[in-house]
Amino acid sequence: MAKGVARSTAEPMGWSKWLLRGHSALVYAFFYAPIAVLTFYSFNESQIVGRWTGFSMRWYGDFLENDNVQQSIWVSVKVCIASTLISVVLGTLAALSIERFRWWGQKAFDAVLYLPIIIPDVTMAVMLMVFFSETAEWFNVIPGVDLSEGLEKLVLSHVAFNISFVSVVVRARLTNLDATMEEAAADLYANRWQTFRRVTLPQIMPGVLGGALLAVTLSLDDVVVSSFVSAVGATPVSVYVFGMLRKGVSPLINAVSVVILAASMALVIASLVLERVTNSPKGPEEE
Amino acid sequence: MADTITDPTGAATATSNAVQLSGVTKRFGDVVAVDDLDLSITDGEFFSLLGPSGCGKTTTLRMIAGLELPTQGSVKIHGEEMGLRPPNKRPVNTVFQSYALFPHMDVRANVGFGLEMRKVDKAERDEQIAWAIDLVEMGGMGHRKPGQLSGGQQQRVALARALVNRPEVLLLDEPLGALDLKLRQQMQTELKNLQREVGITFVYVTHDQEEAVTMSDRIGVMHEGRLLQVDTPEAIYERPTTRFVADFIGRTNFLEATVAGRDEVVLANGDRLRLSSDHADGTAVAVTVRPERLTVHGRGQAPDDQHRIDGVLESAVYLGNAIIYTISIDWMRLEVRCPATLAGHRRSAGDDVTVSFEPEHASVVVG
Repeated sequence: MAKGVARSTAEPMGWSKWLLRGHSALVYAFFYAPIAVLTFYSFNESQIVGRWTGFSMRWYGDFLENDNVQQSIWVSVKVCIASTLISVVLGTLAALSIERFRWWGQKAFDAVLYLPIIIPDVTMAVMLMVFFSETAEWFNVIPGVDLSEGLEKLVLSHVAFNISFVSVVVRARLTNLDATMEEAAADLYANRWQTFRRVTLPQIMPGVLGGALLAVTLSLDDVVVSSFVSAVGATPVSVYVFGMLRKGVSPLINAVSVVILAASMALVIASLVLERVTNSPKGPEEE
Repeated sequence: MADTITDPTGAATATSNAVQLSGVTKRFGDVVAVDDLDLSITDGEFFSLLGPSGCGKTTTLRMIAGLELPTQGSVKIHGEEMGLRPPNKRPVNTVFQSYALFPHMDVRANVGFGLEMRKVDKAERDEQIAWAIDLVEMGGMGHRKPGQLSGGQQQRVALARALVNRPEVLLLDEPLGALDLKLRQQMQTELKNLQREVGITFVYVTHDQEEAVTMSDRIGVMHEGRLLQVDTPEAIYERPTTRFVADFIGRTNFLEATVAGRDEVVLANGDRLRLSSDHADGTAVAVTVRPERLTVHGRGQAPDDQHRIDGVLESAVYLGNAIIYTISIDWMRLEVRCPATLAGHRRSAGDDVTVSFEPEHASVVVG
């Protein structure tokens, strides 16, 4: 605390202070102990997960030699990037159409848009599976698309649920954006595209990026929908790891998990650094 | 363009009117926001649309800007029919009530936005931006973001951002509404000077009658979507034609009356008053006289050439530079404002008095 700053009356004192500190410590332990244990045992020499017999990198070696795991990671990355890009564009457009225009059927569209957030994953998964099995040939008419490969099916299904999440996040941002700003741009000779590009988009960018981050996470996380629609040869890592569990727990899972964990943490840190760099002379946005 | 509203002769009949509204009506569902409005705004004038909130003044402004389209009627700017033209294709610029500055751009980028959109080249643009920033006395602030400016400074930037485009008409929507009183009064003077300096037609929307009277060449008073009176500030104040206009601008007294012939009205007490009006015999009207146009005399001491009403002084309120007398006459109370004289000359409650006024200081109003 800075010198001369009065203590807040809300600041806990005495025993309650220690109680709250203990509580915080427990919460953090709850979050991070499993990660610590996982990381610790990924360096275990033993074949059995729970028994420490000595330090070893053998599971990381196994990981590097296991083509199936690596291939599944690439499947996940490709699906994640493609589905995020598509759902960010479509989700942002959906948010704009609801927030900035009035049209016939808008209320219905608004309600339907959020269905994927509400309905259980399993329902969504079964729906998509049946849908693809019935319509796969139709998609194959499009040049370059082959749904039997599985990759396209994964991308389409991830887009299907990600659009909802992206549009929710972007909408929240748009609601707080003064629409007069867009009128001012139009008044200053900007056409609709220029208005969007120069005035609206820069200001909803935090929402768009937030939506994209959510889409990335949801896409990488997804097990249920992916396991229903994935085909042989295009198994995302989440489904692959889940499958490994059924064959009996191998410490290889620990190593794979640590690698994924490290990669996602690197991403988060990179985005925080990027945000700090781009926002350094930050103009306050709302009063 | 396949406009239904476009008048093919529009361009040919160009006049010196900067803005010409004919039969303009705007409905939002069942609500009539602007009702059959006709208005001509002369080139180079400072015109104010004055009225209480919800009277349709902002909607009228937005229809000139193209931010709303009229349900009926035509909007012409320098004789050219605007029809369905979007705002970005109209030769006008707007200063918004909320300023609507772009928070992610600095002052220079904000001011230069319109020029950039019109593809003015960089060198010319920089020169114009510098001119506009200087014009509103914001030199040296070019690299600040709107969030780092005070309300008054943001207002200046909004003004510069519009003026830099040298619009044919500048539309201002209560631009001083968010400022505190002192700053508002200072900006009133500056705006008026600025308008003279650049010679651009200003259309100014406000609900503040003092502001409108101070700055405008002409004022249009609006009420419930209709334009009640368009005139100079002085005429609006001295010769209002409707009760609403008389009441909305300044304080006034209303004496209920009936029209009796072209040149006479009869007050409620039977007194006949020589006042001309265009209304038919027997029309119920009111005679309005401003408090400062009334004079208080001792009973029976009023000059013969003025109109006189006897009454009893009810109260006197000393305001420093003036005294407000409330005088009760037979059927109502009158408010009289006198310059404050020495304390000894002050009348006190209960005095029998006569109130008088020159006939030319009274107006006949309806409504």
